Amino acid sequence: MLKDITIGQHYPTGSVVHRLDPRTKIIGTFVFMAGLFMVKNFEAYFVVVTLLIVTIKASKVPFRYVLKGLKPLMVLIMVTFLINLFMTRGDVFFALGPVTMTWEGLRQGIFMALRLMFLIVGTSMLTLTTSPITLTDGIEQLLNPLKKIHVPAHELAMMMTIALRFIPTLLEETDKIMKAQMARGADFESGNLINRAQSLVPLLVPLFISSFRRADDLAMAMEARCYRGGENRTRMKALQWHRMDVVVLLLVLGYLGIMIWMRVR
Amino acid sequence: MSIKIDGLTHTYNPGSPFETHALKNVTMEIESGEFIGLIGHTGSGKSTLIQHLNGLLKATSGSIWINSVEITKPGVKLKDIRKKVGLVFQYPEYQLFEETIEKDIAFGPTNLGLKEEEVRQRVKEAMEMVKLPYDELKDRSPFDLSGGQRRRVAIAGVLAMQPDILILDEPTASLDPRGRDEILEQIKLLHQQKKMTVILVSHSMEDIGRLVNRIIVMHQGTIAFSGTPREIFSQAEELESIGLGVPQISHLMKAMNRNGCQLPEDVFTVEEAKTIIMDYLRGKHHA
Repeated sequence: MLKDITIGQHYPTGSVVHRLDPRTKIIGTFVFMAGLFMVKNFEAYFVVVTLLIVTIKASKVPFRYVLKGLKPLMVLIMVTFLINLFMTRGDVFFALGPVTMTWEGLRQGIFMALRLMFLIVGTSMLTLTTSPITLTDGIEQLLNPLKKIHVPAHELAMMMTIALRFIPTLLEETDKIMKAQMARGADFESGNLINRAQSLVPLLVPLFISSFRRADDLAMAMEARCYRGGENRTRMKALQWHRMDVVVLLLVLGYLGIMIWMRVR
Repeated sequence: MSIKIDGLTHTYNPGSPFETHALKNVTMEIESGEFIGLIGHTGSGKSTLIQHLNGLLKATSGSIWINSVEITKPGVKLKDIRKKVGLVFQYPEYQLFEETIEKDIAFGPTNLGLKEEEVRQRVKEAMEMVKLPYDELKDRSPFDLSGGQRRRVAIAGVLAMQPDILILDEPTASLDPRGRDEILEQIKLLHQQKKMTVILVSHSMEDIGRLVNRIIVMHQGTIAFSGTPREIFSQAEELESIGLGVPQISHLMKAMNRNGCQLPEDVFTVEEAKTIIMDYLRGKHHA
């Protein structure tokens, strides 16, 4: 049951997008988001949609798989839509007592819902095409200049790597403890909300304890191998810019230019 | 309490690229009051098999009867089965969570819906069974105890549900020799005095050979052999071909025979071997 959860899911296809430098993809994603937030009218969304479709096509990740990522956030998207629909003032086209719907609200609702969906699809393209380890490598490299002002870039990246590495371990552990408690008659599935929350105690306490134990062991094992943070550490797979990265970055800059032009025109 | 398994098959992640057949058409019967040793290599399907016996895993196909109740049928109350079939997982001490030892052991019986007085009585009995002094330890935190004691608290937590069938998955893993002997001794007593049906999963041929009535050997999701320790350990070559072995003492007997002694080879406890070797040496001395 827990195996269905996929966090930061990576969908390897070996496409051009997958082979890009993670730094390119991270910068690209941020520029994409910046551009998205500049959009004021529906016309500009055409540019956004085109860019997304081209990216997805090039990545060879099935469309259906990308859209599946929207599912868990559908509630958030619906709430955003409804709040905008009911709370915006303007020409009323439907009224029931104090509840009113306006044309402006409808437009604003659709506009905001679309923005959210594009945001989710765009950012999920980053995680779908980049393995977690490469991603943290990229983040570390990008944060490197900030080391001058004492931002612990290496440590942050190491923490992320470790956290990601332990997700499957923790899921396995959860499954095991859950079964052990079920063998002792624990019931995780029935009862009201309060009962269910209470029934989680026998699961969460052992899980926390074993997580702390694991963290302790890992710290010890790292120190035993003389880990002293990022100072003078070299890496086996050094990141390298390729021609494709330059092309993509230029394209992304072009996109940003268009978005700015569409906003100020 | 007897167990009957018929054509049990279990497939993990069916239909995905990660599909694995953990159990393939397993059929066996365990009589009431038997002491079974279940051995097999890592990944042979032992753990998958025992998790079916109290309904934690659902069979892909096949059926299981516990005392003529078919538990693989839909609509069976799993709580009733878990009351009868106690399962102690590997490293059970990691499932402890309560503030006091008494409360932790009481978790199982409380879930069965028993009255407070009955629960306390059962906790007391269960602690006695695993040789933990009730009055001294009941209000202590389980996390203050040593590893071996913590494991006994966890085993008591299952015993307090008073199951008729007790299944233990490697209960002695990573315990020191003394802790191991104590736990095995207590399991033996439970089998003898409480007439429990016991299934002991273990890697140690020595322990199994010494304790159980019958050994079931699993290999790649099927039952490879089943029989008394004597029958099983006489097939040393077959056992070794599937990555298992016979007790070291049996090896010793064989090695002595290779060097000209005439000793029986179906020996698998140190005590038995000692008597035989002593007799042999005495006989030789007199001759």
